[in-house]
Amino acid sequence: MGDNVYVYIFVMALVTYLIRMLPLTLIQKEIKNKTIRSFLYYVPYVTLAVMTFPAILSATASIWSALGGFVIAIVLAYNGGSLFKVSLSACFVVFIIELFIS
Amino acid sequence: MGSNIEYWKKGIRDGIPIALGYVAVSFTFGIAARNAGLTVFQAVLMSAVNVTSAGQFAGLGLIAASAGYLEMVLTQFIINLRYSLMSCSLSQKISDNTPFFHRFFIASGVTDEIFGVSVSTEGKLNPFYSYGLISISVPGWVFGTLLGVLSGNILPERVLSALSVALYGMFIAIIIPPAKGNKVISGIILLSMLLSLAFAKLPLLNQISSGFRIIILTIAIAGAAAVLFPIKEDTNGR
Repeated sequence: MGDNVYVYIFVMALVTYLIRMLPLTLIQKEIKNKTIRSFLYYVPYVTLAVMTFPAILSATASIWSALGGFVIAIVLAYNGGSLFKVSLSACFVVFIIELFIS
Repeated sequence: MGSNIEYWKKGIRDGIPIALGYVAVSFTFGIAARNAGLTVFQAVLMSAVNVTSAGQFAGLGLIAASAGYLEMVLTQFIINLRYSLMSCSLSQKISDNTPFFHRFFIASGVTDEIFGVSVSTEGKLNPFYSYGLISISVPGWVFGTLLGVLSGNILPERVLSALSVALYGMFIAIIIPPAKGNKVISGIILLSMLLSLAFAKLPLLNQISSGFRIIILTIAIAGAAAVLFPIKEDTNGR
């Protein structure tokens, strides 16, 4: 390893930016096709659900604290809690549970 | 212009949970970067110009192994390809009236989390809302990296553990409210989580990287849902 760490970093940044930028700049018009529109409408729900579960269960020091955070987040979100409230409440519950179990 | 500042402020407010979660995740990245032999400046620079957790962790591994640049290109491409799907989705969320150059800047902030919050806003996406999200969460990502690479012990373990669920809590806050009273979205979320669990646990399937798991499941589930339950045309905003 030497100076070429900067080349690695540049390569990583370039590839990652192109992946993000090309679809945004190439697709300028509103897509009319109903199936594609429906697909893009459903994309966030699938990606976010897949990213959340089961990854959340191994994110904290204990599966039980993670489960506690997961459940409280779902309950609060279902009852219309804001992003901030849901997110910090999950953190808080994890913190409290871990105080007791470890 | 006044309303643009309002959007920017709202973005900052909504970006606070992202920033907190980022500090926790990038803190561990900072530690890993130091172990991989990067200098403080290199680690911070990598976080500032990439803003992608899985891609950066994989990048560290390749740098430590002195891998070829082509290998780095392919790895980053595969791990981060999911951002393309998100950008496609976001492209439909930007108004035709929005000047074109904004797309280049919005693109720099397409992460799982910023995307998630951006698509959940009502109606079209105001670029200044994106900039608000970016202007608090990216510094959080860089700052956490700096803390991690400087010292492994600044944040107590308990706090770090608690902050680790911030991002997931946010994802849940985004997907659950629209699912309320909507059987299709509820079913999609449940199925996504179950299949994600299967991909994580079952032999063979668990060999697939998490980046690819996201792509495969997104195309399969959102694709099937699009064919079986096409949205009604009066559904605005996308």
